[in-house]
Amino acid sequence: MVLHRVRRWVMPIWKNRFIYLLMLPTLIYFVIFKYGPIWNAQIAFKDFKPLLGVWGSPWAGLEHFKTFISSFYFDRLILNTIIFSVLKIVLGIPLAVVCAIALHETVLARFRTVVQTVIYLPHFLSWVIMFGVLLTLLSPGSGLINDVIRNLGGEPITFLTSPDYFRGVVVLSYIWKETGWSTILYLAALLSINPELYEAAAVDGASHFQRIWNISIPGILQVIVLVTLLRIGSILNAGFNQVFMLYSIPVYSVGDIIDTWVYRQGILQFEFSLATAVGLFKGVIGLVLVLVSNQVAKRVANQSLF
Amino acid sequence: MQNITYREDRMYQIGVAVFLLVILLIIAIPFWRVIVTAFTPLDIYTREGVPFFLPFKDWTPEAFTQLMGHTQFPRAFMNSVIITVSGTALSLALTVPLAYGLSNREIPGHKALMFIILLVFLFNPGLVPSYLLVTKLKLTNSFLAIILPPAVSVYNTLVMMSFFEGLPRELREVARLDGANELQVLWHVILPLSKPILLTIGLFYAVHFWNEFFTPILYLNDNDLLPLPVLLRNILISAQFNEFVEFNAFSSTSVESLKAAGVLITMIPMLIIYPWIQRYFTKGTLVGSVKE
Repeated sequence: MVLHRVRRWVMPIWKNRFIYLLMLPTLIYFVIFKYGPIWNAQIAFKDFKPLLGVWGSPWAGLEHFKTFISSFYFDRLILNTIIFSVLKIVLGIPLAVVCAIALHETVLARFRTVVQTVIYLPHFLSWVIMFGVLLTLLSPGSGLINDVIRNLGGEPITFLTSPDYFRGVVVLSYIWKETGWSTILYLAALLSINPELYEAAAVDGASHFQRIWNISIPGILQVIVLVTLLRIGSILNAGFNQVFMLYSIPVYSVGDIIDTWVYRQGILQFEFSLATAVGLFKGVIGLVLVLVSNQVAKRVANQSLF
Repeated sequence: MQNITYREDRMYQIGVAVFLLVILLIIAIPFWRVIVTAFTPLDIYTREGVPFFLPFKDWTPEAFTQLMGHTQFPRAFMNSVIITVSGTALSLALTVPLAYGLSNREIPGHKALMFIILLVFLFNPGLVPSYLLVTKLKLTNSFLAIILPPAVSVYNTLVMMSFFEGLPRELREVARLDGANELQVLWHVILPLSKPILLTIGLFYAVHFWNEFFTPILYLNDNDLLPLPVLLRNILISAQFNEFVEFNAFSSTSVESLKAAGVLITMIPMLIIYPWIQRYFTKGTLVGSVKE
């Protein structure tokens, strides 16, 4: 009887042993490189001493979290992070929707392909390259935009190092780089709308804008809601690579985000425990936000993100 | 009546085309500016800066010859190639078996495995814990520090898994009945049918490794190991090329041209593979695999 039960348990595992064996190297990789950092994250609750190691360092409780929350940086980092994310969402998504609709509306198939090819491209370039591109536009000496300002009789502006302009540069350069690529999702949704709906509306005498408003927009609303929720779920990811590449000391007050601060504090200043606490704080809030967004998506759009 | 709608349609279509043209120009003009800056000769640059249109007879490849003639640049290019090729190979070698294994939903423990993988997808403990891991494993100053930690993307694994799930189940069942082991099923039955997804995921990985600049800054101290984006970054942020005095010594080109030429050289491999990837996503077949 017992033997029978064991056989019932073990047989399917034994039968599929090669499947487990195939996955084994990747699972070992996961344990080391994905769960190793989670194990190391315990130093957020410790006073990490490199010589004592992660396990041997003495416990410190919530001290580092308290230090961070009561520090001068807390408000600034949270504020900068959220400002970047919110502006990127609020300006980026509507613009992407408008571009996708325009691509869908045009009857010039060749032209559409050309536009698509060009506007997807910046997505594949790194922020180092983007920084180089921005220099040819914004540098006070030879940048195109400053050339224009000079020709109009103005003074050149140091866009990248001026606190008045830095946020604008971050948000607009992000929109320039990523909006084209993000049209791809909306375009796919638009292409899946039944063309007969448009034909019927045209027969009924609906104008182009009525057709967009009553057919196209409802057809992609679900995708818009999903993308917005997904982005809200990762609101604390304000774009580390971008800010790391573009910012400099003069604009820390308006440009420093949680991730860049963690890098400077943790790696450059060796405040391992404090920086880990901040990273963990961000990771936990991020997890909660994603799970909540997912629940909302299930309710609102009847679809889950994962 | 017919005529009015026809004319209105034409006006509408012109409006849409003009809008798209504006968008196209907004994206294209900065690239144009980089190209012109890279090819502007020194005498024109010192006289009038970078012109918007440079007469074709004045274009000079001087900045490119200087960059490629410098020892650091070709070496950084090679480092980037090594990182990209080995990183992509490793990523695929680890992603494919996991995705295939998980596409067998009937195996015991499937849910637990999915949980293990999804948890690290949703929860990121931050930079410092990974940094401590890499230093503890003594991977610093080795390309392994760049290619190992991000080798498997959970997102890419899930996309590939759902592709494998979409293939007819009978194929693997029949192969198993014929006595094939799982490696043979994967290699001879599944993979030949999976070229589009292997290509797409492979290209996503390749783009990631080619563009990576933060982890090399973090983990590589040896100048001989620096990949192209890091060298480019050093060139871009050094206002007068302090570390690159050699360039200035023979200066027959401006610092701005050198920077722009560096940007273009770093972009070239991307531009070469781009039309190739592009075919796949304009068809809309890979919408499920689009990365946010």
